[in-house]
Amino acid sequence: MIPAQFDYVLAESAEHAVALLAENGDDAKVLAGGHSLLPMMKLRLAAPEVLIDITRAGLSGISVDGDELVIGATTRHADVASSDLIKTDAPLLAHSASLVGDPQIRHRGTIGGSLAHADPAADLPMALVALGGSMELRGPDGSRVVLADDFFTGFFETALEEGELLTAVRVPRRPDDPWGYQKFVRRANDWAIVGVAATGGRVALANMGSTPLRATATEQALASGADPAQAAEFAAEGTSPAADIHADAEYRRHLARVLTERALSGQRS
Amino acid sequence: MRVELTVNDAARSDEIEPRLLLVHYLREVCGLRAANIGCDTTSCGACTVLLNGESVKSCTVLTAQANGAEVITAEGLASDGELHPVQRAFRAEHGLQCGFCTPGMVMATVGLLKENPHPTEQQVREGLEGNLCRCTGYHNIVRAVLAAARDDHAGGSGGSSSRVNTAVTA
Repeated sequence: MIPAQFDYVLAESAEHAVALLAENGDDAKVLAGGHSLLPMMKLRLAAPEVLIDITRAGLSGISVDGDELVIGATTRHADVASSDLIKTDAPLLAHSASLVGDPQIRHRGTIGGSLAHADPAADLPMALVALGGSMELRGPDGSRVVLADDFFTGFFETALEEGELLTAVRVPRRPDDPWGYQKFVRRANDWAIVGVAATGGRVALANMGSTPLRATATEQALASGADPAQAAEFAAEGTSPAADIHADAEYRRHLARVLTERALSGQRS
Repeated sequence: MRVELTVNDAARSDEIEPRLLLVHYLREVCGLRAANIGCDTTSCGACTVLLNGESVKSCTVLTAQANGAEVITAEGLASDGELHPVQRAFRAEHGLQCGFCTPGMVMATVGLLKENPHPTEQQVREGLEGNLCRCTGYHNIVRAVLAAARDDHAGGSGGSSSRVNTAVTA
């Protein structure tokens, strides 16, 4: 499969990328690792006229800013998964990145690309919601920070406005918080049929609706002193899971409860 | 656009369309046919090559993205007529059936052993998660990777038939 024709432009900096976005408007798409965008272009589900490659724009890297980790948007999954800083200060995120796709995909795919793509079944959007992270967005009028809770607005939709670029991801440094992570898949290399990430009293679900969701009823139960088994009973409340060839909605609700109990007990898969 | 890549240690400069995928560049421009196009959807790993030393699926990389990079395909593994240790191990352990997935399996293995020279069997299975063998010949592939990590077949190009037989009946 061959993508439709496009012009390829290499952005030299975030500022340059934002200028290129402004210049090209709707016709342009931002390219990072390309592991969500290129498959769509090969299927001709996307046919941008201009690709703005941001992988050489100085947006990769992991650093500490006070009580937060700052991860550049084009930092690859393999680098997030193997970072000692992330493994220490936000181990849930390192674990989540280590489960994205397969080794080859993790050598190319980027944290910013995965978050901007906003697949509700994907690992990293759920992880960012569980961690209470945030996204740095840069537009022609400057930068702003959007909480993960507000970033995912719909099925493959985010708070990114026209002309804005996701430049970095921020996560709180919480080395001592217990955490659990459950990703239920039938085959290697699949997206989660249902996923659950839990840490610091927050519980996030993947593939239980059009965006990653907080299991708020479970979180409230935990805050009131419920044990994991009791709190997990509420995990599917307020969700609207889809039915597909892998699972019907009721099975997904069942999985959400079972996997939430496991995640709250600190189990990792 | 013009791209400059080093492919199997040879410097190249080529005029390409921006939409040219790396696997098409390797097969059609460079004439290197080891990287196969299997699923063409980033699933099967038959097109795996090393890009700056790391395994990638070349059906999902633009040649433009690889501009300036070093690419190694299965054709570039042997040196001075000697098979690479991973190739020797795949041959000795009969780590293939129809052979279509083999170049990708071999390249993924070279990448895996670079990152983890002494993997456990579980780590091998997880490390090859991105490569599918539709003959389902995984058993001997995993044996081959473990043998390559131990360098069981160093210096020799063969491998005993009894090992192969053991593998088949195990």
